[in-house]
Parts: sequence; structure tokens; C-alpha cells
Amino acid sequence: MKHSSTLTVLSMAMLLSACGGEADSTQARGPDPKLPEPQRGLLPSMKIAEPVAWGAQKPTVPEGYSVTAIATDLRIPRQTLVLPNGDILVAEGRGGSAAKLKPKDVIASVIKAEGNTKVKGGNRLTLLRDADGDGTYELKTVFADNLNAPYGLAFADGKLYVANQDALVRFDYADGQTKAGGPPTTVTDLPAAINHHWTKSLAISPDGRSLYVGIGSNSNITERGMEVEIDRAMVWQIDAATGAHKPYATGLRNPTALTIQPGSGQVWAVVNERDELGPDLVPDYLTSVREGEFYGWPYSYWGQNVDTRAQPQNPAKVAAAIKPDYSLGSHVAALGVDFSIPAMGKQFADGVFVGEHGSWNRDNPVGYKVIFVPFSNGQPAGEPLDFATGFRGEDGKTRGRPVGVTVDPRGALIIADDLANTVWRVTRNK
Amino acid sequence: MTVTPALTYRSTPGPLHATLLAGTVPLFLGALLSDIAYYQTYQIQWSNFAAWLIAGGLVFCGLAGLFALVNLLRADRKAGRPSVYFLLLLITWALGLVNAFEHAKDAWAVMPSGLVLSAVVTLLACVTTWVGLTNLRSGGDQ
Repeated sequence: MKHSSTLTVLSMAMLLSACGGEADSTQARGPDPKLPEPQRGLLPSMKIAEPVAWGAQKPTVPEGYSVTAIATDLRIPRQTLVLPNGDILVAEGRGGSAAKLKPKDVIASVIKAEGNTKVKGGNRLTLLRDADGDGTYELKTVFADNLNAPYGLAFADGKLYVANQDALVRFDYADGQTKAGGPPTTVTDLPAAINHHWTKSLAISPDGRSLYVGIGSNSNITERGMEVEIDRAMVWQIDAATGAHKPYATGLRNPTALTIQPGSGQVWAVVNERDELGPDLVPDYLTSVREGEFYGWPYSYWGQNVDTRAQPQNPAKVAAAIKPDYSLGSHVAALGVDFSIPAMGKQFADGVFVGEHGSWNRDNPVGYKVIFVPFSNGQPAGEPLDFATGFRGEDGKTRGRPVGVTVDPRGALIIADDLANTVWRVTRNK
Repeated sequence: MTVTPALTYRSTPGPLHATLLAGTVPLFLGALLSDIAYYQTYQIQWSNFAAWLIAGGLVFCGLAGLFALVNLLRADRKAGRPSVYFLLLLITWALGLVNAFEHAKDAWAVMPSGLVLSAVVTLLACVTTWVGLTNLRSGGDQ
């Protein structure tokens, strides 16, 4: 490698930069994706879909389903939670304090900002209530504010848990409450230095004793140094009573949403994988989070595919890496996951919904929709189905970007849209 | 006997031009040394230093290029040193830009191409500066 002449390096760079992204259909999805060789042109592919307002348009949902905007003018809604009485809590905010270390960071941040909302994050929880069950959420009120980029939400045993970008906090909650009784109690601090990936995802075991927090890496692929990756790219298990924590699973680059599988109690996650290895690498994935296992980041991806950008390398860790369960396709940016229930209709009764925020590192954008991954015998089985689309229109403009997806036990899917600052509710027609 | 009088006015780069030109050497050299340090230690901060030094080198090189271009356009005889000097600056700047893109890659993806390019660009900056600063006459025999 050291002997390669400048000319070779240059011509290769030029050649590679000529290779663009391919169509959505070539994206390998499912349990055993075919992975191409890594590639990277002189410039990374960047395609920001131009944001426009929804206007009279709405997301497209399957026949026999309807979609309604139940709340608008929010301040960057990310994840939602349906409380026992049917009220919906929405976490609003934007975090991260990652310094711009290279000229590239300065330029890339300007470009990426083009594809995001200009609204300032709310740092609050908004409560939505539909008291009469007619599908209109007539009450929209601030449940709690002065939070620090709240993201993950969970509820059990009269306690409402919120994963801020720097701490896991807890509110006492009584049924029907519309405003928190006071500031929250800190359960435990969370790794918060830099917060390149700031979203702290959250799930709680059905017995309410164990909390699971997803902590993203502090870089794409260790370009901020190995030192800042301590306690990053992993899922913590936290004891609800004491706040004590331990790493539950590691090597998960950015576990952006966690959920518990009904019945088995198994923790599942959607994870965003690394960028700048080409349009069809590395697949973001859906996986059961197996205790004590290592999922590869930063040393390798999808098992033993070594990523030479992480140096010094660690062959022992590469050998120990396990493969995730199900590829969602590269760059789709899955940010939401929840298990379905029979009330969602026959076709969507058994499986998970996944909210895909959409790509930036791909000439031909992917994601920008909510998909359904069918399950059989507790495992993903078969091709994913589109559930809500149209967030990025045929005209190449982006009207919304899905984040959190939450199944309402009454038979509805709640979708947070952080570009349009809207919460959508998809229901089956009676 | 007809004599064509040789133009003998001096066209040494002015102080600003000379500063910009000579400044490319420590900037690109600093990037090269930083790359070597990163190559040997895996400490990412060296790679960040290299990226900024290259960006600075490009600014200096680009502005010196503007001076060189004006110099070239105003020269009575464009062949020879004024053209060579301008072309050298152009090549240095272009390869420097490619190097900047190389250094925009994440972590070890910069290596080894970034290090090789930094060496080439540093060498070019030295040669260009030498040619530029010894370019004493823009016309006449050299």
C-alpha cells in the first residue's frame, strides 16, 4: 500500500468518485444481505432532499388506513409514548455539542442543516389528549420543560422515565396528569461528552426493574479518536431502583431506538451503521440485542467485515463480533421501532414498524418512510412492507422525516416527523 | 547595428506576494509532518492539524496564484519563468485541493494516500517558491 504511486491514488480517487448511488431496489435487505466492496470517491456522496411544507398533502398509507396530523407546530418531535389512559407524550429537542474538528466538519454541517428543520428544539415533553376518542387530540399542553434534549421515553409502575442527552431522569406520574408535579429526579447520569450521536434511546422491562439505554458512538468511525469512545456505541442496562448500570451489549454504533418484544421480553433495537463506505454499505439494522455480545463497531461490520479506518485494529474483537438479525438497507437512518399488535390489521399484526429518517450519504436517497418488518415465530421473516411513504415526494422534495414510531394499543401508529414538526396518527378504517 | 534593448526591470515578488508564496512551504510541510506523526501514533489530532494546515496552505497558495496570474498577464514576454511559475503554483494548488479532500476522509481512510500527497505537495511548494523568489526578471534574457 505504501508503494502506491500518487498517480494511482489519484486516478483511483477520480474513478471512484464517478460511481454514484444505485436504485433503492438494489439495497440488500433481510437477514443475510449481500455486501459490496467498500468504496469512497474523492468526495463523499451527499444528497440533501430539499425540504418543503406538506401543504394539503399527507403521507401515503396502505389502502384501508387513514392518516391524520394530530399535532403540528411542535419543536422537533422525536419519540413518542402512549400512556395507559391513551394520552400521548412527545419528546422534543435537539442535542449534541460536537466540536467541528476539521474543515470538513464545518462544510458538512452547513450542507446537512439544509435538510433539517430551522426550528429550535423544545427541550420539553408535550402531552396530547383525545378525551372523547374521536381521533382529534384537542388538548396539547406542555407536560414538562427545561429538559436537556429529551429523546427516549418509557413508562412503568407509575414512573415516567425520560432519557435526556446527559442523564436518565424520572417523573412520578398519576393517571390523567397533564403536567409534571415538579422537576424530575435523576436516575443516573449518561455519557454526554461531545455527544456526536446524542440521542439516548430507552426501553423498560415489563416488570419495571431494568431500563435499557442506547448510547451512540462519538464519531462516524473513530475520527474523533478512540479515547472519546469509552462508554459509547453500546446499550446499558440500568437498575431502576439504584441507577447502577452495566454494559448490556456493545459495538452497536448508534442504537437509535429500543423496544421490548411482547411475550419474550427480549430487547430489540434499530441501529444506524457507519457512513462513507459507498451507497450500499453499511446496512442499518434491526436486531435482538443479545446480552454480553459485541456487534462490531468500530473494528468490523456485519460480522467479520473489517473496517480498516479504525486503527489500531483489534483482530480479537473482530473475531468476537456477531451478525445482527435483519438488514434494513444502508443509510436509511432508522430512528424508530415498535412491535405491532393484532389491532393494526391482519397484514400488519405480527412484526415491527420502523421509522426511517432518510439518507444523506447517498446519491439516490433512501429511507424517508415508515416500513413494516413482518415477524414469524418471534423472528423477522420476509421482505419489509412500506407502511407510510410520501415523506420524500416524486418531485424530489422532502415534506417530512419520520423518527419515532409508537403503536397505540387502541390500534393506531403514532409517527413523529421532525422536519414538519408534526405528529401523525395512522388508523385502520372502521 | 540594431540593438534590441533588453528589459531589465526587476520583478521580484512584492512583500505580500512573497509572504504568501513562501508561507505555503511551512504550511504544507507542517501538514506533512503532522501526517507522519499520525501515521506513527494513530493519534487523530495530528490528522486534524494536517487538515487545517492544508486548508491554510491552499489559501496562501491560491492568493499567491492570483499575484502570479496578474504578473503573467502583465509580462512582456509570457514564455519562460512567468508561465512556469504560474503553472507550478496552479499544479501545487490543484494537488493541494485533492489532498484536502483526502484529508476530509474519516480516521485512517486518510492513509496512506494523504501522506503521499502531502509529501508531493510539500516538494512542489518548495520548488514553486524557489522559482517564484528567483524570478528576478519578467522580460529579457534570463
